[in-house]
Amino acid sequence: MSELTLTVMRLGFLAVLWLFVIVAVQVIRSDLFGTRVTQRGARREAAGRQQATRQAPPQQRQQSGGRRGGRNTPTKLVVTEGTLTGTTVALQGQTITLGRAHDSTIVLDDDYASSRHARIYPDRDGQWIVEDLGSTNGTYLDRTRLTTPTPISLGAPIRIGKTVIELRK
Amino acid sequence: MSSTTNPSTQHTSTIGAIGAPSRRNTELALLVFAVVIPVFAYANVGLALDDQVPAGLLSYGLGLGLMAGLGHLAVRKFAPYADPLLLPLATLLNGIGLVAIWRLDQSEKLQASRTFVEAAPRQLMYSAIGVALFVAVLFFLKDHRVLQRYTYISMAGALVLLLLPLVPGIGHNVFGARIWIKIPGLGTLQPGEFAKIVLAVFFAGYLMVKRDALALASRRFLGLYLPRGRDLGPIIVVWIISILILVFETDLGTSLLFFGMFVIMLYVATERTSWIVFGLLMSAVGAVGVASFESHIQTRVQAWLDPMREFELSRAGVQDGIVHSEQAMQALWAFGSGGTLGSGWGQGHSDLIGFAANSDFILATFGEELGLAGVMALLLLYALIVERGVRTALAARDPFGKLLAIGLSGAFALQVFVVAGGVMGLIPLTGMTMPFLAYGGSSVIANWALIGILLRISDTARRPAPAPVSNPDAEMTQVVRP
Repeated sequence: MSELTLTVMRLGFLAVLWLFVIVAVQVIRSDLFGTRVTQRGARREAAGRQQATRQAPPQQRQQSGGRRGGRNTPTKLVVTEGTLTGTTVALQGQTITLGRAHDSTIVLDDDYASSRHARIYPDRDGQWIVEDLGSTNGTYLDRTRLTTPTPISLGAPIRIGKTVIELRK
Repeated sequence: MSSTTNPSTQHTSTIGAIGAPSRRNTELALLVFAVVIPVFAYANVGLALDDQVPAGLLSYGLGLGLMAGLGHLAVRKFAPYADPLLLPLATLLNGIGLVAIWRLDQSEKLQASRTFVEAAPRQLMYSAIGVALFVAVLFFLKDHRVLQRYTYISMAGALVLLLLPLVPGIGHNVFGARIWIKIPGLGTLQPGEFAKIVLAVFFAGYLMVKRDALALASRRFLGLYLPRGRDLGPIIVVWIISILILVFETDLGTSLLFFGMFVIMLYVATERTSWIVFGLLMSAVGAVGVASFESHIQTRVQAWLDPMREFELSRAGVQDGIVHSEQAMQALWAFGSGGTLGSGWGQGHSDLIGFAANSDFILATFGEELGLAGVMALLLLYALIVERGVRTALAARDPFGKLLAIGLSGAFALQVFVVAGGVMGLIPLTGMTMPFLAYGGSSVIANWALIGILLRISDTARRPAPAPVSNPDAEMTQVVRP
């Protein structure tokens, strides 16, 4: 066997060995980084919109009321600042509660948040509304402190303590 | 780790192994890869040694493929949500180990030795038994929490397994270490390898019950939490047992392994750094104490401090009542001559190590023929197995499963460290085998069982939670809005 062939085989073997290691690391990457559920939720949302007419389970039909508002309807709520940065919640017509209470939809780990701080819900037309629930330190939409339930526009930052959330498409 | 709920009712994202698909196809693809690599290596050895593809290539490839396939089918059937990486990683290490053992079988120097036996066919048989045990674990152990019932039985079982080699008649002394037992007609067995798993079960069951007492009832002193005397009891007992192993069986590795595993599990259960400090202190005291009067250990320490002197004494044939061995130095030379990229399969001279070249010292063969690049890849494969074990522990929802997974993967990691560190000269050499790579029936079989248990725990941990029963009241409240 020529020297060259053996050298090629030697390096080739090391290459495949490392390739295996890299492939294995790729496989585990999925649970080292991030929130797979987020993507899946978004995908499900997209798929749900396409198939809305074809197979609409009772639950979805009920929720589809929240999406009647047209093209600018937000589909998810994204936490952009604070300890929960990156968390998203799919908007499916349900009320989202924010606060330090353990049964909140988004449990805030923040000294400036009250246990039941605010809630976000769709009104009858599918417009999303944010309402402060009598919190100590207040809920801010853009820079104004909320006093009454206020409609939220896409991308407007809602600040609670150190946490900032916004609605996105 | 948070568990996931039914997708249709899930609104928040939680971080963790969530809604993980079963990933069995990923596992299958990786398994094919893991079988192809050793077959490639096998052909490579044949081409390098005799200029031809070895005759046994097909049967070897088929054998390994069959084992991997059986393992995969068993996982598909009995543990469909288990971790996709553990089985391929174990298969690859086992396959490469078989190739290295076969390659050392071809060495004329080793064939000339008195104790030579064709090791590769035996190792293939042991691997097959190991995979059979792996399948059996998945089949019979439907839920790992069952093991919790046998906490104290496992303790007794482990002690019996550990003491068996000391029983006259069945105990079997090989080259200074009394860790084998002889089963008439079947060959020898190293019960310590199995005791590792059984002890992990005991520690997990015990610590799950006692961890609050161990963690909370303590006084703070100089930043350390000093545990109460009665809580210190078990750790002292385990320490004494491991010292006794060290003294009577002169098995440094096993004793380090058990004590280390217990300290790791204690730390994980109680989250108290003080246990690690205590553990390190106690193992240091134990090791130094025993080494001061046990000649077998002293020899090992000397060979570690000055391998060249041992080599020269061995060459000169000095007879002073101590067995001088050139193995340690030869292993270091093997690593050195391997360099970065190695000499290539079949072209090294690691057979110069002589005795135990294919078991305790097998890493030196890889060091020489695959070089630093290859050894690093192998160590990463081990690290990945351990990582998957720890990940399983993180994802497990019951404390017993968590502790068991941590204990098993910790023991695995410690074993790799003790062997690799010993062969490379980082710590004194101990008579242990590299999991999956090295020649040794007990080791391969026990490690397959270990992987089986880890897969069972990870299947339970990653299995999606059953869909919550829809609550009609909850639906109604959604309708009422301000």
